[in-house]
Amino acid sequence: MPLLCVHDLHVYLGESHILQGISFDVAEGGVTALLGRNGVGKTTTLRALLGLVDRRGTIELAGDNIEHIATHKIVQRGVGYVPEDRDVFSALTVDENLRLAERDTEPRYDLVYDLFPELRERGKQAAGTLSGGQQQMLAIGRALLNDNQVLLVDEPTKGLAPLLVTEVALVLERVSELATVLLVEQNLGVVNRVARDAVVLDTGRVVHIGPAKELLADKPMVQRMLGVG
Amino acid sequence: MSTFLLLTITGLGLGAMYFLIASGLSLIYGLMGVLNFAHGVFITVTAYTLWFVESKIGDVPVLPRFLIAALAGLVVGTVFAALTELVLIRPLYGRHIEQVLVTVGLALAVTALVTAIWGSDARVVTAPAWVGQTTTIFGAHIPNDRWLEIATAVIVLFALEAFLRRTRYGLIVRAGVENRAMVTALGIDVRKAFTLVFAIGGLAAGIAAVLYTLYSTTVDPQQGTSLVIFAFIVVVIGGLGSIRGTAWAAVMVGLVQQYANYYASSGLGDLSVVLLLGIVLIARPRGLSGSFA
Repeated sequence: MPLLCVHDLHVYLGESHILQGISFDVAEGGVTALLGRNGVGKTTTLRALLGLVDRRGTIELAGDNIEHIATHKIVQRGVGYVPEDRDVFSALTVDENLRLAERDTEPRYDLVYDLFPELRERGKQAAGTLSGGQQQMLAIGRALLNDNQVLLVDEPTKGLAPLLVTEVALVLERVSELATVLLVEQNLGVVNRVARDAVVLDTGRVVHIGPAKELLADKPMVQRMLGVG
Repeated sequence: MSTFLLLTITGLGLGAMYFLIASGLSLIYGLMGVLNFAHGVFITVTAYTLWFVESKIGDVPVLPRFLIAALAGLVVGTVFAALTELVLIRPLYGRHIEQVLVTVGLALAVTALVTAIWGSDARVVTAPAWVGQTTTIFGAHIPNDRWLEIATAVIVLFALEAFLRRTRYGLIVRAGVENRAMVTALGIDVRKAFTLVFAIGGLAAGIAAVLYTLYSTTVDPQQGTSLVIFAFIVVVIGGLGSIRGTAWAAVMVGLVQQYANYYASSGLGDLSVVLLLGIVLIARPRGLSGSFA
């Protein structure tokens, strides 16, 4: 049974019909990539799953309907979120950002510091003064602190230097052994490396579902659906 | 020298009261985006509860009578503030126009209700004698209530800082001021923090009401409204959501008001505060602390 089932999901932002009845499943374990050109509704999909935007449709997490549940309660059911622009709390220190994210009785600081030793070293530093890469580590670390069923990760390599992109890809591989990951990512190299399945959106609709590697091997299809290749 | 010292201490005392009112306003707007025009009501409710209880307690010495009445006023004012959030504000989250309308409506309704029940005349409260006496420093006879106002505001400032820096709810409030949606996305029910911030704002405003009652020894239906206008100016100058910025702004506003009233012309104090607001907004559009006004 899939861990996450999305059926006929609609989102309107103002007059715009952003998600026009998308349906897809996310199997338990591994990484499912949510792909598409800019502005097709990938970030909106993650935000809709969390209830951060008004939406209509059915969303099941581990068999339970969550579409009418408040965001904080969805998260408490084991959903971690790494937002597109990191959204670390810039006035809070690194330690405070992590402390705020604590939900479980035994938060996994060992795991977080093992993946990102810099976060321990910079614990007293204001998050707003971190580099983009360090902020991304903090955003991912925040989501890994609790034992989540599923992680919604939105463009974790955006704006990062190539060396850091490789580091994030390594982290995603390790993370996917601990939780199911729904990943929005533009870097197809990273997708090819970590993703098992792929869901492709275009203008608010699902236009392809299948194994990620098959999709990425089909250059004409990649060119047609994603505009790259 | 003695006049300058008296003006300075009086300005700081006035600033202390502005800070107590503005700190709650600032946190409420910073965290929730709610312009709480009903904040003056918390002052009115506290002050009238104080007066009512004080007038009903007989055969008790003045000091304990005032303290009991003040405590009753603070409890009622704080509960009233928390209920305002739960009953009136919570159903209207994200609907800013409706929130403004409901807070303006509440302010008008409570003022009208108090006036209808107890009249528009000021009611006298018997304050402890020490408060009305003066302490002489460098030749300046400083009324004792000024020291009480300043000391209380400093204690509240440290208490608020400790709450914001050392408690989990303080952490939630500081994070929520920056990005409320992300706090929710961490699995935190931010609505509890909303109610708490309203209660803290009501308590701080209530403390200002008690101090103002000591200063004026009267309560009247309009005093909350007049104090809140300057508190709003303090919030904008200080920067939204910043307690330290609010404290600095309150000191500036209190001193400018006093100095202008004495050295320029009586009545120019209020105008000077508005000029100060304009200068700060031109020089630092985000206020002293850097938060957007």
